[in-house]
Amino acid sequence: MSPAACSELERRLIDCYQRGLPLVPRPWAEIANELGVEEVDVLAALERLQRDAIVSRVGAVVRPRAIGASTLAAMVVPPERLDEVAAMVSARPEVNHNYEREHRINLWFVLAASDHDAVERAIRAIEQATGIAVIVLPLVDEYRIDLGFELSWT
Amino acid sequence: MTGAVPILDVADRRLIRATQGGLPLVPRPYDAVARAAAVPAADAIRRLRRMLELGIIRRIGAVPNHYALGYRHNGMSVWDVPDDEVDALGAMVARFDFVSHCYRRPRHPLAWPYNLFAMVHGRDRAEVDGKVAAIADRLGASVRGRDVLYSVRILKKTGLRLGG
Repeated sequence: MSPAACSELERRLIDCYQRGLPLVPRPWAEIANELGVEEVDVLAALERLQRDAIVSRVGAVVRPRAIGASTLAAMVVPPERLDEVAAMVSARPEVNHNYEREHRINLWFVLAASDHDAVERAIRAIEQATGIAVIVLPLVDEYRIDLGFELSWT
Repeated sequence: MTGAVPILDVADRRLIRATQGGLPLVPRPYDAVARAAAVPAADAIRRLRRMLELGIIRRIGAVPNHYALGYRHNGMSVWDVPDDEVDALGAMVARFDFVSHCYRRPRHPLAWPYNLFAMVHGRDRAEVDGKVAAIADRLGASVRGRDVLYSVRILKKTGLRLGG
């Protein structure tokens, strides 16, 4: 499904409920009430949005550092080893984002774990497994509070 | 700019773990989350509300997939600005609606001179470039160096999760 194929209800769910999901026992019924549809319609629309990966989940977004520890990390990977190294990095459960980027420093990933030691151990393990140094760039300050993303549907 | 981290108990942490991966699409999702976290159902909503009020949970809602929505190009714009100006400049950049994340990070000797990161998204590279140009305008003469790292491939993407 392309975004253009999103129904009116699906668009409104994405536009209006990136935050503020009702904290009541039946939140979908509450949303349905606010949007003038039925609870089953909301559930069906969210199921479709998730199945088609338009919405990756409906859940909590947690402040970085609020619990556990995390960091941005990067590596300079020789092009011929990129697939192999990227797969090793992605396979680690601590890694939740992993991007190839156009730069000499070409592999960028975020590691998160229950504490700093666990993050540190994962970094050492990646360095040992790949033989490539990891550049560690932890968060110092956050200037933008992630409150969702404004989409234009045109 | 972030204060002391408020104390969370074990039940709070279990609830966060159970919630951040996504609520089940069942009529009473918080009951299901409470069961997964071994917390009384009535407690789950109360605890989630408290964590929202404390800012530990930023938001609860739909997390759209930018890529699937057509925002296929993301640029990590990075800036070398004076350390004594970075807080003020970061706050200015963060006011752009199109900047999804804006962070200060340490420089890295030799490898990495940039201390300010601003993530932008676009449906094509020109849209990303236009947004980066607007950031450059706002930062003005404070910029000593800059770069944009375009994404080539998303190799893995899950929500921020706590490790075991």
